[in-house]
Amino acid sequence: MPMRLELRLERSRKLEYLVPVVSVALALLVCGVLLLATGTNPVSAYAEMFTEAFGTSYGFAEVLVKATPLILCGLGVMLAFKMLFWNIGAEGQLHMGAWAATAVVMTGWDGSAWLMIPAMMFAAAVGGGLWALIPAYLKVKLNCNEIITTLLMNYVAILWVAHFIYGPWKDPVSFGFPMTRQFPDGAQLMRFGDSRVHLGLLFALVAAIVLYLVQEKSRWGFEIGVTGGNPAAARYAGMNAGRNMILVMLMSGGLAGLAGMAEVSGIQLKLLKDISPHAAPYGYTAIIIAWLARRNPWGVVLVSLLMGGLYVGGETVQITMKLPVNIVLIIQALILFFVLGGDILSRYRLVYRRGVSHSPPSGGTPSAPPRGDGEVLGGG
Amino acid sequence: MTRTWRRAGFTSLAILLTLGSALLFLACGGGEDAGPGAGTEDAAARAGAAGGIPVKAAFVYVSPVGDAGWTLAHDGGRQAIDELPWVETAYTEAVPEGAEAERTINQYVRNGYNLIFTTSFGYMDPTINVAKSNPEVTFMHCSGFKTADNVGTYFGRMYQPRYLSGVIAGKMTESGKVGYVAAHPIPEVIRGINAFTLGVRSVNPEAKVHVVWTQTWYDPAKEREAAESLLDIGADVITQHQDTPAPQQAAEKRGHYSIGYNSDMTSFAPKAHLTAPVWDWSVVYKKVAEEVRDGTWSSGQYWGGLEDGVVGLAPYSDLVPQEVRDLVEAKKAEIVSGSWDVFTGPINDQAGAAMVADGESMSDEDMLGMTAFVEGVVGNVPG
Repeated sequence: MPMRLELRLERSRKLEYLVPVVSVALALLVCGVLLLATGTNPVSAYAEMFTEAFGTSYGFAEVLVKATPLILCGLGVMLAFKMLFWNIGAEGQLHMGAWAATAVVMTGWDGSAWLMIPAMMFAAAVGGGLWALIPAYLKVKLNCNEIITTLLMNYVAILWVAHFIYGPWKDPVSFGFPMTRQFPDGAQLMRFGDSRVHLGLLFALVAAIVLYLVQEKSRWGFEIGVTGGNPAAARYAGMNAGRNMILVMLMSGGLAGLAGMAEVSGIQLKLLKDISPHAAPYGYTAIIIAWLARRNPWGVVLVSLLMGGLYVGGETVQITMKLPVNIVLIIQALILFFVLGGDILSRYRLVYRRGVSHSPPSGGTPSAPPRGDGEVLGGG
Repeated sequence: MTRTWRRAGFTSLAILLTLGSALLFLACGGGEDAGPGAGTEDAAARAGAAGGIPVKAAFVYVSPVGDAGWTLAHDGGRQAIDELPWVETAYTEAVPEGAEAERTINQYVRNGYNLIFTTSFGYMDPTINVAKSNPEVTFMHCSGFKTADNVGTYFGRMYQPRYLSGVIAGKMTESGKVGYVAAHPIPEVIRGINAFTLGVRSVNPEAKVHVVWTQTWYDPAKEREAAESLLDIGADVITQHQDTPAPQQAAEKRGHYSIGYNSDMTSFAPKAHLTAPVWDWSVVYKKVAEEVRDGTWSSGQYWGGLEDGVVGLAPYSDLVPQEVRDLVEAKKAEIVSGSWDVFTGPINDQAGAAMVADGESMSDEDMLGMTAFVEGVVGNVPG
């Protein structure tokens, strides 16, 4: 039976929210088949993951720890995506934020947390923001493809950090291992009780509230929405897209920078190589999060918690059910796969036709997805 | 009409799927049969028969077991103790170094493991942190220098087989250039490069060892590229301080020799692989597990050498001539007997100044903190 895609005249709001939910369900289903094939009961594996992550106080605290940088990076990426600026560079912006916060400590300053923490936060936001400003400026002035520039600048940022921890900032008593000395007490974020949940979580939640207010209540938020929805209309309405893009990227990078500061000052307590996990770096996971969250700040918080749960639960089943580490990565990849697929279905309708008709499709065909959504596949 | 129907169909399918997965979660909450405790009773019964505390040993690995190198070697040790009736083991792969590892270590403690091996340098602080709040659990950290009442360290004198493999490389090279793909510029790696170079130059005083850093333990692509860059400048024997066989394969592809590391890598490059300095962690793991079972374990720093068998050479390939094998075996006997060790003077640094005076031997402390290259190494220590 021949089938083809027809553009929907109206985008279904219901589908908009259904797609992420169904994608997660399908990803779990497909991964379940994989688990079954390796001789594991997927039902008990998922149950174990879920109860460990959300059913125990230790597990949930760790989910919050994991979610903190994801929320901050996710919000930053979401904001940029809202304006159709494909910021793939949260990973680099996070590293520059962590570096700038560490630079404050490396001056030798050993003061009170009341002064040091705000100074480090400021430095991190500026560090991440300025790093994001470069591709934004290149895009506005020279129309450079931001997917390429933001992605490539990640490697530069990671090497920049490596240069300092192998060189001038290396702890003299670390036996040559690449890391700075431990931060003084004043440069460490307060933790809640016995857990590792730290003040960074509060930054993340405040950022979500602020972003929600900006997006929904401010004129500027409206402008960003319009520019993202229909750049031509925005231009005719006299909105300054270039200026807005610069501001959006400053904020986007600043948020990722703050995530870097929260990681080094709240969790690692020093600057070292692996501030963002190798297997699923925060800055890249943030892209999946922003996409799943439908560009909604509360969605980012929710999805970050789910992703955090996936990590923590995934680590548990590695231990208790002896599953390989890659299972979590497979689930993540499947989720993104289904979300992007579902996105096409929410914009296009699948039409089956009995009997062959050679008439050209009446609607558009998705050979070139509108709004450049398809591009993200290549970058992410 | 059909359009509405189709949309409704899609929507209900979606809802069904979501509900279905939600139900799966709920259904399984009750169906959990084999909790973490179930295995313990078994082990307890068996340990009771043998006398002593049952051992639940956990291993935290830095790379996947399939790396064919460092982690595979540790996993070989784990499998050896897993066969003991009173031991139960588990492991987690690819755990990031740094604070992230704390969660993994903690989860083992929470699941009732009483002996935890953390097998990379970057787990040092996380191990110490978790150990602080869990005094009843025994921790063993590989390659670090921090200890506590319930944290011991263990490592092996890999520099000894490194030296021996250097002797082979020195005999086999024709260009006088030997390539060394190295991970991080830390004392463990520098010590290996120096020992290897001393071995090379003991039989080939004009030969040089060229070093390229990858700044990663595990990255097959980077390791291969580094090896290729060494082959490009004329190196005809390649060795490595890396976790994968990628440099071995690069050497074989160009028709040159290679010396592996961590485990016997012959199967990956049969036409290049001469031998490899290898680990046998079962020696350490068996001893520690027994001590924990008997309650005799106490904190300390273990640094064993060829005489214990914790380090050694993989079997020589047919490519290594008998004359070279005899030479290596003679040196090995000297080291095992304790009459001579690798870092015995005279040893000069890269600039030609004396590092170890004639007739003197370097102390363990100096060896563990080694940060400079010996004469004959081409390259520098970053930082």
